Amino acid sequence: MEIVVALAIGVLAASGIWLLLRPRTFQVIIGMSLLAYAVNLFIFAMGRLRVDSPPIVDAVSGAVDLARYADPVPQALVLTAIVIGFATTALFLVVIIATRGMTGTDHVDGHERDL
Amino acid sequence: MIGLTRHLPVLPVVLPLITGAVLLLLAETRRLPRLLITLSSMLAQLATAIAMVWITSDLVPGIWPEGIGVYAIGDWRAPVGIVLVVDRLSALMVLVNSILALASVVYSIGRWDRMGVHYHSLLQFLLVGLNGAFLTGDLFNLFVFFEILLAASYALLLHGGGPQRTKMSLHFVAVNLTASFAFLLGVAMIYSVAGTLNMAEIAVRWRAMSADDHNIAEAGAAILSIAFLVKAAGWPLGFWLPGAYHAAGAPIAAMFAITTKVGVYAILRASSLLEDASTPFGGVWLYYLALATMVYGIVGMLASRQLTRLVAFVVILSSGTILAAVGSGERAMIAPALYYMLGSVFATAAFFLLTGMAERLRQAPARLEEVAVTPPPTYTAFAVGEPPDPYSPDDEVGVALPAATAFLGLAFVFCALLVTGLPPLAGFIAKFSLVAAAIDALPAPGSSGSSFGSEWLLIIALLGGGLAGLIALSRVGMRLFWSSAGRQTPRLWISEAAPVAFLILICVALTVAAGPAMTYLDSAAAALDRPEAYIRNVLGLDDGAGR
Repeated sequence: MEIVVALAIGVLAASGIWLLLRPRTFQVIIGMSLLAYAVNLFIFAMGRLRVDSPPIVDAVSGAVDLARYADPVPQALVLTAIVIGFATTALFLVVIIATRGMTGTDHVDGHERDL
Repeated sequence: MIGLTRHLPVLPVVLPLITGAVLLLLAETRRLPRLLITLSSMLAQLATAIAMVWITSDLVPGIWPEGIGVYAIGDWRAPVGIVLVVDRLSALMVLVNSILALASVVYSIGRWDRMGVHYHSLLQFLLVGLNGAFLTGDLFNLFVFFEILLAASYALLLHGGGPQRTKMSLHFVAVNLTASFAFLLGVAMIYSVAGTLNMAEIAVRWRAMSADDHNIAEAGAAILSIAFLVKAAGWPLGFWLPGAYHAAGAPIAAMFAITTKVGVYAILRASSLLEDASTPFGGVWLYYLALATMVYGIVGMLASRQLTRLVAFVVILSSGTILAAVGSGERAMIAPALYYMLGSVFATAAFFLLTGMAERLRQAPARLEEVAVTPPPTYTAFAVGEPPDPYSPDDEVGVALPAATAFLGLAFVFCALLVTGLPPLAGFIAKFSLVAAAIDALPAPGSSGSSFGSEWLLIIALLGGGLAGLIALSRVGMRLFWSSAGRQTPRLWISEAAPVAFLILICVALTVAAGPAMTYLDSAAAALDRPEAYIRNVLGLDDGAGR
């Protein structure tokens, strides 16, 4: 499982960074989103990858064996990071549309590269 | 009184949050109540900040032990809950922040707050983020406050609209979003081995890590410092700054003068807490990176033709100077660097405010026209009617200032003296004490090792920065004030001139009261030098039991 998750993060991050460096605003925002996915998965993986272990302690059981549970903190962090990333990406989208409308081009510099 | 001081640390976050939210409920047209609410909130925040500085100073022992106040949010003690921590450095930063914000709010009464919607709310939310970032004792909470301040600054940069601002916002948002991802990566890596997000507890566990864990934590800290350096505009991560600050409106650029210092503050805090634990913060590379930042700022100043761009490079230069002081590892340089920061933040902010007025010295300045072409899209989006033409003189409110050109020229000279570090103002004292500390840190002649200490580089950069600033500012100033082509007497309003005068007067007060200020900063630097007190107080450990 580790190798799958690691590969997923790596592929997402690599394609995200590649798109981030492209000259079109649409490519940049897609790259940003891919990078956000990679980062979120990474945070999640930093709480150790485990199967069949809930993050919330069961109230019924008397003595709690913490080793049976997953670390809830990274999951909470991911939740916050998703929300914040979502909001800022939405704002970024607005800026991109405004730039497109004002400059008439979708180049990140607001004008086509001089050839 | 005791109850109030207990809740003092949370006020700088809660007050602007409530104010910003209340302002959202009032229509844009109800200017008077909106202004009254904003101004009274700003004064309350200023009073809170002054109270915090006063309590953390050595004048009032007993309320907060060792000048460190800990506020457990929801009464969940560290390290389980999130804590806000006031020490001398953060109290000082909050005070600087409130002073700047007050000046910026008053300045924008003239016209800026009508150039788009929700200006005052956004400014308050920016303050939430800034104050929170200075006060929080939790790494992930720091990220959240960073994002709040960034989200507000994205919107504020767009305030007023226009193609130039929108274009620069695009770059600003892209760079800062990427930096936020770096921040998250760093936090996650540190958490994965430290198992905590509380900064004090990270500092404790850092020292007890196995070698493998240590490598991961150090990599995390390195990635984290990239995020901080992007914010602090350290070379080569600061190319976004001049364009963005040049495009931003004058009062907004003035507020941005302190947002770069958040990155510097975070690096300073991290280097203090993880000082003897061999971290990437405050290492040799930071020193040379900071020197490169200073050189970039110097070259940029000399190359700038517009005043706003020039001042933006001054911001970069001042970031570089403080980072160099942190990176040099000389504890004696921290207090002068903090003093330098105070002076340079106020001076650059006053400068940005000044540029907004100095633009009116020229008839039909090209930049203003370009900005005014498109009405702010927010007006149509929120359906609040036609925006006022921001550049028609009839639209301005307030009392016109007599002798406007003389005031502008005088303020320009004061700001230039402050920024370049010429006597007799605070800038000189700051540079002098920095150079003195650097000379003290030089290896004694004849001692072992190379006779050419790396401190020489800092001294050269400091003096070179002053010289370059003088050349660049006199060139721009001559063109602005002395050349007669297309010149007109600008109409200034008291509400615009007063904040500039206020900021300059604070710098003068800082010069006159350099002794008490330095005493406070020395104790702030001493507290940074002894992170044990911070750790002990945050984690609620008894004396001696800590670490």
